[in-house]
Amino acid sequence: MSLRRTPLFDWHTNHNGRMVEFGGWEMPVQYTSIVDEHHTVRKGVGLFDISHMGRLSFIGADASRLLAHLLTCRVDNLVDGQIRYGLVCNDAGGILDDVLVNRIDATSFGLVVNAGNREKIVDWIGKRTADIAAANQSLDLRFQDHTLETAMIAVQGPLALKLLNQVTSESFDSMKYYTGRSIKLEGVPAFVSRTGYTGEDGFELIVPNASATGLWETLMESGRDMGVKPCGLGCRDTLRLEAAMPLYGHELLETIDPLTAGLASSVKLEKPEFIGRDALAGIAEQTNRNVRVGLRLGSRRIAREHSEIFVGADRVGEVTSGTFSPTLEQAIAMAYVTAEHSKIGSSVEIDIRGKRESAEVVALPFYKRAKHGT
Amino acid sequence: MGPDQLKYSKTHEWVAIEGNIATIGITDFAVHLLTDLVFAELPAVGQKLVQGQPFGEVESVKAVSDLYAPVSGEVIEKNDRLTERRGPDGKTIPAELELLTTSPFADGWMIKAKVSNPAELANLLDQSQYKSHCEASDH
Repeated sequence: MSLRRTPLFDWHTNHNGRMVEFGGWEMPVQYTSIVDEHHTVRKGVGLFDISHMGRLSFIGADASRLLAHLLTCRVDNLVDGQIRYGLVCNDAGGILDDVLVNRIDATSFGLVVNAGNREKIVDWIGKRTADIAAANQSLDLRFQDHTLETAMIAVQGPLALKLLNQVTSESFDSMKYYTGRSIKLEGVPAFVSRTGYTGEDGFELIVPNASATGLWETLMESGRDMGVKPCGLGCRDTLRLEAAMPLYGHELLETIDPLTAGLASSVKLEKPEFIGRDALAGIAEQTNRNVRVGLRLGSRRIAREHSEIFVGADRVGEVTSGTFSPTLEQAIAMAYVTAEHSKIGSSVEIDIRGKRESAEVVALPFYKRAKHGT
Repeated sequence: MGPDQLKYSKTHEWVAIEGNIATIGITDFAVHLLTDLVFAELPAVGQKLVQGQPFGEVESVKAVSDLYAPVSGEVIEKNDRLTERRGPDGKTIPAELELLTTSPFADGWMIKAKVSNPAELANLLDQSQYKSHCEASDH
């Protein structure tokens, strides 16, 4: 299968973007250095092309009801403009995807899904709506996938607000975190949300494909004095790992349930019904489940995905993501370990290519930004 | 010894030969490809090298890469500045991996080895052959 390209592909390759495959797309992993791009987002502002993310819309009187059925989080109490993190689970409680759902108004919702899961989720929604129809329940719903006709740009970092205010005619000062609204950007309809995957303040913009390069160049030009830089998926990974945000395919899998993944706050078992609810209610009763933990390594060697974790001769877990933290200047990892060894301060050893390295279980996240007024 | 006098492997190691002693490092092209180096592991003095076989590794934020011996021989010295070490006061001195970026062909050398089979040098590339090799692989 040939890889998909975003509308910004030419810009990336013209600006030293090193392109790699990610979720079926050709995406820039870095332009200069991952560490340099990482610090830019922590201290200033960086731009990410995240057009590979899936963008779905649900319009109709039954949109809210369907999403409440599909997602582990509550949907019924969202207010206009609000955005919420949730999971799509299968009947066994395994995670099919982690998503952001946003309510535009009572009959219009959006869903942002992971690139690599988009087709799976679109199929899943198709099947589940067919099931509902087969049960002779009519659904007032129009479901559409807008991924290929739109682009998505993340503006992330402490200066993101200043940059966004500078390129638009309105102010985003009062926009709350995890809210979004439609605006006009140079006459073109756009959707702006105060969201991100970096652990910093920031915004994500959705625009029609034809406007993507123009908007990107405007942001680059306008942000020059602030030192804005294009940032690749390499630092997106180091940033989200420091912020302890799970990544589908690593911390989240169909064989992992959201309670084990430490996402209980996004699983509302008190909801009357949703896919996977009964299985998750059972899992919630189990004791001695594995736990997602943070690890700090003693050395600078990086524990990569699938590195095994030991205490003495006992294998007690496995690393799901590991990197070198540019902020802490130390190797860090996230892992699933047995409950017994999940306490903060526990000592473990990680087998890195045949050599044991010591590591300590530490509190997540590894990095937390200073809180802003929002 | 300038880069024009060095021999190169296709796996981006360079080697400088003086008598039967080889000084070995990795090229600026390799360092540019890797970026964000965080760790280097070098062999102990006395370790045997076999041409084309791994003798150590460098790790970047993105990935781990093996280092391949450009010649066979025995390690007689390693560049301690590239690995974390203890100073005379017992304090830890961090690895100076930036030497690989700032001075890949001089201060960033990795190991010195006594060459056991000088005929193997014929398997290596000269600077112009190496440049063509890099251009072909840089896409």
